[in-house]
Amino acid sequence: MRRIFDEMTGEDGTVRPAYEALSEWLSKVPQEVLNQRRKEAEFIFRRIGITFAVYGEQNSQERLIPFDIVPRIITNEEWTGLSRGLEQRVKALNLYIKDVYSKRDVLRAGIIPEDLVYKNPAFRPEMNGQRVPHDLYVHIAGIDIVRTDPDTFYVLEDNARTPSGVSYMLENREIMLRLFPELFSLNKVAPVDKYADDLLATLRSLSPRGGSEPNVAILTPGIYNSAYYEHSFLADKLGVDLVEGRDLFVKDNIVFMRTTEGPKRVDVIYRRLDDDFLDPLAFRSDSVLGVPGLMSAYQAGNVTLTNAVGTGVADDKAVYSYMPDIIRFYLGEEPLLPNVPTWRCREPEHLKYVLDHLEELVVKEVHGSGGYGMLVGPKADKAQIEVFRAKLKHDPDNFIAQPTLALSTCPTLVEEGVAPRHVDLRPFILSGSDRVRIVPGGLTRVAMKEGSLVVNSSQGGGTKDTWVLDA
Amino acid sequence: MLSRTADNIYWLTRYVERADCLARILDVAQRLSYLPVTYGGSTNEWSSVVLTAGCADQFVEKYGSLDQASEENVVSFIALDPENPTSIRNCFEVARTNARSVRTALTSEMWDAINSSWIELRGFPDRAMTRDELTRFLAFVKETSLRFDGAMHRTMLRNDAFWFARTGTHMERADNTARILDVKYHVLLPEKEKVGGPLDYFQWASILRSVSALTAFHWVYRDSVKPWLVADLLILNRAMPRSLASCYEALTTSLDDIADAYGRQGPAQRLARTIRGRLTNQTIDDVFHTGLHEFISNFISDNNKLGAEITEQYLT
Repeated sequence: MRRIFDEMTGEDGTVRPAYEALSEWLSKVPQEVLNQRRKEAEFIFRRIGITFAVYGEQNSQERLIPFDIVPRIITNEEWTGLSRGLEQRVKALNLYIKDVYSKRDVLRAGIIPEDLVYKNPAFRPEMNGQRVPHDLYVHIAGIDIVRTDPDTFYVLEDNARTPSGVSYMLENREIMLRLFPELFSLNKVAPVDKYADDLLATLRSLSPRGGSEPNVAILTPGIYNSAYYEHSFLADKLGVDLVEGRDLFVKDNIVFMRTTEGPKRVDVIYRRLDDDFLDPLAFRSDSVLGVPGLMSAYQAGNVTLTNAVGTGVADDKAVYSYMPDIIRFYLGEEPLLPNVPTWRCREPEHLKYVLDHLEELVVKEVHGSGGYGMLVGPKADKAQIEVFRAKLKHDPDNFIAQPTLALSTCPTLVEEGVAPRHVDLRPFILSGSDRVRIVPGGLTRVAMKEGSLVVNSSQGGGTKDTWVLDA
Repeated sequence: MLSRTADNIYWLTRYVERADCLARILDVAQRLSYLPVTYGGSTNEWSSVVLTAGCADQFVEKYGSLDQASEENVVSFIALDPENPTSIRNCFEVARTNARSVRTALTSEMWDAINSSWIELRGFPDRAMTRDELTRFLAFVKETSLRFDGAMHRTMLRNDAFWFARTGTHMERADNTARILDVKYHVLLPEKEKVGGPLDYFQWASILRSVSALTAFHWVYRDSVKPWLVADLLILNRAMPRSLASCYEALTTSLDDIADAYGRQGPAQRLARTIRGRLTNQTIDDVFHTGLHEFISNFISDNNKLGAEITEQYLT
């Protein structure tokens, strides 16, 4: 295997220019000081209550995501390339979803196999022929990016439903500014705090009602949801109401919220609730989190839901493998950001290859997320591999496989000192009726364990502040 | 604002106030229990704590009868027992859960006051506390409510959220003051026997202490502690922040602020004014004339009615 690319020391051990100031600073600051600052950061996180819940774990209802105090640095030039690629990707995603729920040119042209649409559990027949404001479906996307060398950024995943993590991007920066003001005087870092403004502008631009100031609300499943902190954080930053299903009701296909001054009409709902739970009349009838009648109000065009219903049809890992074709088909452009090569186990030849190379590959469930239900071949023992072999044979359609990428590493503060750890990046892309907005950077997730490639917070991954240096 | 948000804020401040009140009641009981019996130390002080705290039913359910109201049982039941829905621990739990649900309506300082106390609370033992631990614990609880109130007053916008918060505080405070009086009214009743013995003095002083009004008493009346003056201070004196009259002055103001902001008066405002009227148009002699116990019972029931009106009008 190739030498792993470290974003600070490159492939040959010489410090890359963007990291010079940081590297020098790191060499001067004693380890105890770094440890002390990390403790302070943790204390602040705990005090502010930036916690999350891990499903399936008892007695640890609220945990902290480890925060690493060493920032990750991206140059302006790298960012410019990345953001162009992200914008292209999100445009294609929106066009694809629109097509899937209307004319289906993409199926007729034979770009995508039909069953990937019709048999997709995230496909919502209710959305057929449904117009949405400005033909936009994915208003808030979180696209996961990994890097393998100085010039290559791959898209790893398109999160087009309810991507989370943006509160960490914002809070990480706040904490860094508090703990390391001196570092910000050594580096010109592009600010991220405009995200809240951008998000509000995006949401407002999607209002179905012209004229009066749109009433925007964030819909949360409630305080027991793992991302509740983020929901309340965003509502706070945007200055909009954080509502639960029981705060809303629908009358004559119009959505209202119950306020101390009586019912108030709602125009745009940034929902952090999966499709399934949105409306017990339309989807899961046992949902107590949703709002009866919401879907019919939505279909009547009286309220905008962000993201739109049914966007999941575009972000599973099987559709992912077609994204380069999707971009070419709708935009007539070559993808600016490459996909990770992907074997679709639904195709017999691919399946054969995957079964023969399980030890080298990463196998993922098509609809999995959060690092659950995946096999990392090189890290797995024989028994785990055999379990996956059986699963693959039993239900090949449900899996894709990818080569084990040599993900880049970044310097990270761990027990032994500052050491390289693997990272990924989730930038957040906002699509409003007027334009696409992307705050420079995004959320860097880091696998805190040596050699680990799994960065998901549910699997013990941490986060870092991400710096895009100003030109 | 969302009705649920208002409801959460209202109960958040009620629970903070309740925790503070429970801590004061325990504090006083502890003091009284140090006293030799001849100075008013009494054997039933701890059962009166359970009564004042309004959790006699739950206590009996757990311990069998009020006879079991020993210092150890009562302290652990009121302070930290997770099974007692209105233990101080649970007050903090509920307050924090409410605060988490409405973080957007709180300032970060208010959240910090609640959340850091909640974190600190976990450092206290589940078992019965030693007297040292209890003293430290009670100081911590009082500190928390001071921090929270301070944060609220210093940082919150003066809008409906603030007025609902104030409403919750004063509803709870009025209820608590009334309960303390209700349980202790017999020591305040003018008796034929001589007034001013050491027993009475410590009992009266203990009432004042439980609402932190002992010093205030001397400033206001410049007299030795006398039962009708204690009653006057806690019921009718508008300068005393824990008196029923003062709570209702604050309540009518907060409710009127809400009504002004929303451009509409309602049943809650009218009822609050009526109750306030009853408190301002009486002398303490009138109160004793109708019967102190009846007066307080009526007040508690009126206060509950107002709570129901507020819920009906705004919180659902």
